[in-house]
Amino acid sequence: MSKYYVNKFMYTVDRDPALLQRYKEDARSFVTHWEQNIGPKLNDVEFTSVNSFTPRERDALINHDYVALFEMGAHFFLSLTLFVALYGEEWAEKSGPLSFQHEFAAKLNHWLGRDYPTVAL
Amino acid sequence: MAPLAAVLATTHHPFYYAATTAPVEKQIPQAAEWKRKVEAYRETLTQARPDILVMVGADHFHQFFLDNYPAFLIGKAPRYDATFYNEEREFGIPKYILEGHEELSRYMHSRLMDKGFDFSSSYELKIDHSIICPIITTRPKADLPIVPIYTNIFVPPLPSPARFWQLGRAIREIIDEFPSDKRIAAVGSGHLSLELGGPRQFGESGPDPEFDLKAIEWLSSGNIEAILENVTLESMARCGNATHGFMDLILMMGIAGPIKADYVDDLDLYHTREAYLTWYPHGATA
Repeated sequence: MSKYYVNKFMYTVDRDPALLQRYKEDARSFVTHWEQNIGPKLNDVEFTSVNSFTPRERDALINHDYVALFEMGAHFFLSLTLFVALYGEEWAEKSGPLSFQHEFAAKLNHWLGRDYPTVAL
Repeated sequence: MAPLAAVLATTHHPFYYAATTAPVEKQIPQAAEWKRKVEAYRETLTQARPDILVMVGADHFHQFFLDNYPAFLIGKAPRYDATFYNEEREFGIPKYILEGHEELSRYMHSRLMDKGFDFSSSYELKIDHSIICPIITTRPKADLPIVPIYTNIFVPPLPSPARFWQLGRAIREIIDEFPSDKRIAAVGSGHLSLELGGPRQFGESGPDPEFDLKAIEWLSSGNIEAILENVTLESMARCGNATHGFMDLILMMGIAGPIKADYVDDLDLYHTREAYLTWYPHGATA
């Protein structure tokens, strides 16, 4: 498993409105694109070959599955900001301010009172 | 022998700007009280008449990522842009340009190294909301040169609470030794209990109201012994997964010293409690 790479996915997508849009519209093809073109980039010239997703990680990203990502120890800050970018506004319009943030919390209710999966790498 | 004019330790609630600038009919019920408290707190910095601000915060994966995340970093640039795209998007925070103070940055970095704090440095640093939120609340004119200091409160393994305290003490010594008659204020932001991306996020109060009240009591009484006895990296995680930002408030108390705060206020809000503390180590009128 590569928590680092999952975090790199969230970090690179959250900071770029064009990538966010593609991830929202067609997650499956975007994740493939990311793995081929963005994930391996160290900078505009240099690439690294050492990281890859496990099938579970890839599925969680394709399915926008923030519960699975939490349970894998993906970084909480990156996950929150990314999924609020994808869903916050439409939920707010439909169900009121912060409704997506509340939904996000409620879906993780089964972790209350337990030690969370660590975000340490 | 620069005079330390004031030390401010504040929580940063990135929704403050949007909450208090929205049309009145769209504001949350606490917006007016929140604004009043923030403006009263701002006065504690204004009356100290600072010339330079040493600002303490933490990069929230805006410029720095896990490929290279510094434990402690100092900005050494002549100017700093502030506010990233995703902060404008999520919080509605405006962009700023802040002047730097290269001379104090250079002096601070070199003296921190002498004292055993091996800082990273950046000559091209863009400031995120951990520093811009306290600028908005305590110095909205953004008219003073800054020396930004970033700490790692996000990427385990984190420096310990004792290390944050010791760093605060070292920064204090360096400010005291800086050969200048400029008045320096230190303004740092962090958190009380806080949950992000977990089941206790965005509740009606912070995730651990009991911790929050104890934390304010410890800070306001300068009680570092109680903090170091009671607060560990593990205990903070139990209070809320992002509670480690409390260590930046410990750092600020380190700059002030183990003394009572001169100004203490707080506000119980959704998601997290706000705390506003100010120390005048040389007296309010010094």
